[in-house]
Amino acid sequence: MDLETFWFCLIVVVWAMYFLLEGFDFGVGMLLPFVPRSDEERTHALRTIGPVWDGNEVWLVVAGGATFAAFPEWYATMFSGFYLALLLILVCLIVRVVSFEWRAKSETPGWRVTWTWANTIGSFGASLLWGIGLSCLLYGVPIDSDGDFTGDLLDLFSPYSVFAGIAVVALFAFHGATFLTLRTTGDLHDRSVTAARRLGLPAAVLGAAYLVWTVVVAMDRNDKDLFPPALPAAVGIAALALAVVFLLVGRSGWTFAMTAVGAISLVVTLFVSLYPRVMVSSTASENSLTVDSAASSHYALQVMSVVALIFVPLVLLYQGWTYYVFRARVGSERVDAV
Amino acid sequence: MSSLAVTTVDLARLQFATTSLYHFLFVPLTLGLAPLVAIMQTIWYRGGDEAWLRLARFFGTLMLINFAIGVATGLVQEFQFGMNWSIYSEFVGDVFGAPLAIEGLAAFMLESTFLGLWIFGWDRLSKRVHLATIWLFALGSWASAFFIIAANSWMQRPVGSTVTDSRAELTDVWELFSNRFAIWAYIHVLLVGLTTAAVVIFGVACWHLVRGRNQELFRHAAKLALIVGVPISAVNLGVGSQMGVIVTDYQPMKIASTEAQWDTCQPCAFSLFQIGGFTVDDQTPSFSIQIPHLLSILATLSWDGEVQGMNELQAADESQYGAGDYIPPVRTTYWSMRVMAYAGTLVFLVLALGAFLYRRGRLASTRWFLWLGVASIPLPYAAALAGWVLSEVGRQPWIVWGLLKTVDANSPSVSTATIATSLGVFVVLYVALLVVDVVLMRRYARIDPPEVGGEGDEFALPAVTY
Repeated sequence: MDLETFWFCLIVVVWAMYFLLEGFDFGVGMLLPFVPRSDEERTHALRTIGPVWDGNEVWLVVAGGATFAAFPEWYATMFSGFYLALLLILVCLIVRVVSFEWRAKSETPGWRVTWTWANTIGSFGASLLWGIGLSCLLYGVPIDSDGDFTGDLLDLFSPYSVFAGIAVVALFAFHGATFLTLRTTGDLHDRSVTAARRLGLPAAVLGAAYLVWTVVVAMDRNDKDLFPPALPAAVGIAALALAVVFLLVGRSGWTFAMTAVGAISLVVTLFVSLYPRVMVSSTASENSLTVDSAASSHYALQVMSVVALIFVPLVLLYQGWTYYVFRARVGSERVDAV
Repeated sequence: MSSLAVTTVDLARLQFATTSLYHFLFVPLTLGLAPLVAIMQTIWYRGGDEAWLRLARFFGTLMLINFAIGVATGLVQEFQFGMNWSIYSEFVGDVFGAPLAIEGLAAFMLESTFLGLWIFGWDRLSKRVHLATIWLFALGSWASAFFIIAANSWMQRPVGSTVTDSRAELTDVWELFSNRFAIWAYIHVLLVGLTTAAVVIFGVACWHLVRGRNQELFRHAAKLALIVGVPISAVNLGVGSQMGVIVTDYQPMKIASTEAQWDTCQPCAFSLFQIGGFTVDDQTPSFSIQIPHLLSILATLSWDGEVQGMNELQAADESQYGAGDYIPPVRTTYWSMRVMAYAGTLVFLVLALGAFLYRRGRLASTRWFLWLGVASIPLPYAAALAGWVLSEVGRQPWIVWGLLKTVDANSPSVSTATIATSLGVFVVLYVALLVVDVVLMRRYARIDPPEVGGEGDEFALPAVTY
């Protein structure tokens, strides 16, 4: 495998980690006003993701940095082209970041409601917009022969990309609900199970439909064959189907494992459908950015590869340990201390 | 066409300046408080004195309120290069992207993950492992600063790279990271962080002392702040001065502009204050206070050193790079340097006086000084922000020194209206965040640190609860 392809794979891994991890903490955020019934339960729900959400979000920072370093032209065209969408994502994420910290800083009901909804809207908005934005890489946006974006915000909206946004929202909500079933106790746990059951089937259907549509778009607009894109799509569809089955038989751990595979499969299917392109041009297919045309020099990629091979496993190790440390369920016995 | 393009670049610059300076309101306190809170917790861990545990949790809470906005606004910085500066991004990504990506993966990841462990790990981890988490958080924040400074220093002094016809390419990563500019700038930023944290801790301690509250506890805090703050702020004046020497070596135009030095001088006097003399058409100040030889000493470390003037440098740059204006905004660089240096000196003087009073046992009873201590909290912030204005404005017209001009670097596909929109959004959002942040910081700086394990000890749980 050449270095350009290796870096493309690494960026897929980073986005997959982002969808897998931030996916459930976005999901918990989206469910915050609905599944917990009291302020106290909302605090519990937030505390299930409290120790980890920030680390999860760093995968996005890494995705941005890695794209900048390994594929400068991709980074430049995507970030300047998706300007207003990214601005909205930033606003969502900023509001959400501070909501975690600030919600607890006053007992006033109005304050609590404000920051609860700030977290929910931030989580929802960022999920929706990432779904739309990333799917546009494949669906195609106007790019001229210099590799510059020539469209506007409306070019990001197509039936496919909007559907992608909705599918991502649904899947993250489902993913978050299954996470809550694993990490809560008592009434909150029971209601999380109910929420997961209500969300499971629609989310799985939307996710599966998105995966199929992605393969169709890949063949239709990106000159790909049925294989390999159909492979990760099939894995994703199977995982989502199994998630619903495990949910019905009450195996929460397995359900979560399957929604995790589902979240990863969205990313993998999308990027496998893209490769070797990184951004499809709807103006003319030869204007599309490819891993080769957008990549950094060989030496820069070598240096970055050494760094990645050392630090990616290390990060996975200590983040995994964090999840082990905070494996206990968050329940009512800890309420008095809030 | 050209006037329109100028507007777009101006707005993009204004947005970058606004969001970067705002981000840096929060960075130094995190850089400084992280190790200082770790030290407080270590003293408690080793000696068992619960006062230090209470202090670690008290200042840890302030650190977290501060850190949240730092994280939120840091993401904007990373996205902004691609959003507003796509030509720049394409040109520099091969070199500049590497430290940015390494920062995320190797440093920020460590910082964020171990902060989560620290906040929520009080009752989940052994004391020793829990202590390690705050140190790893501090390590992450310091490593993070290094990679960001290394990236910025490459823009100031591009080394370890070569320029092909279309972009800069990395040729030697070791040179990139051992850039002399980066090493000194990094030390400078760390010391700024520690000084800021010392001043904040000292100011908060003064407030409690003047109110006669938690005397014993905050005498400890004041002592730690002085032990750290006095030598660090003094050393930092020296390091800042060394930065001047480095800039003289690599960015002579920046130093000439900073000193409003139009003609080459030898020996050179340092202008403490002047009226006029800031534009090409008005090169002689109508009034100035000068110290003979001081600029020679500061810029070249010799009594009679020569400092090149802007007129000579402008002529040299024109013959090297072609026609154009190579002089940065003189008034801005001149005054930002002085705000930085004077505020930095004041910080040292306040802390040194505090140490003197402390040694005499009169700190807690000298009320006017305690109020001065509280009032000094903005000083390190003023110095730090002025320092960045100096560093970035002084680099103009270049975005990468000698390689790429700022006017050639913005995103061609992004319109003026789009940037105006995002600038407006950021300003509104950031002002709102600042208001809430200041209110929260004030409130949590004024609470009485709860007894450990006592009635209503909310710290049986995390330092910050949610």
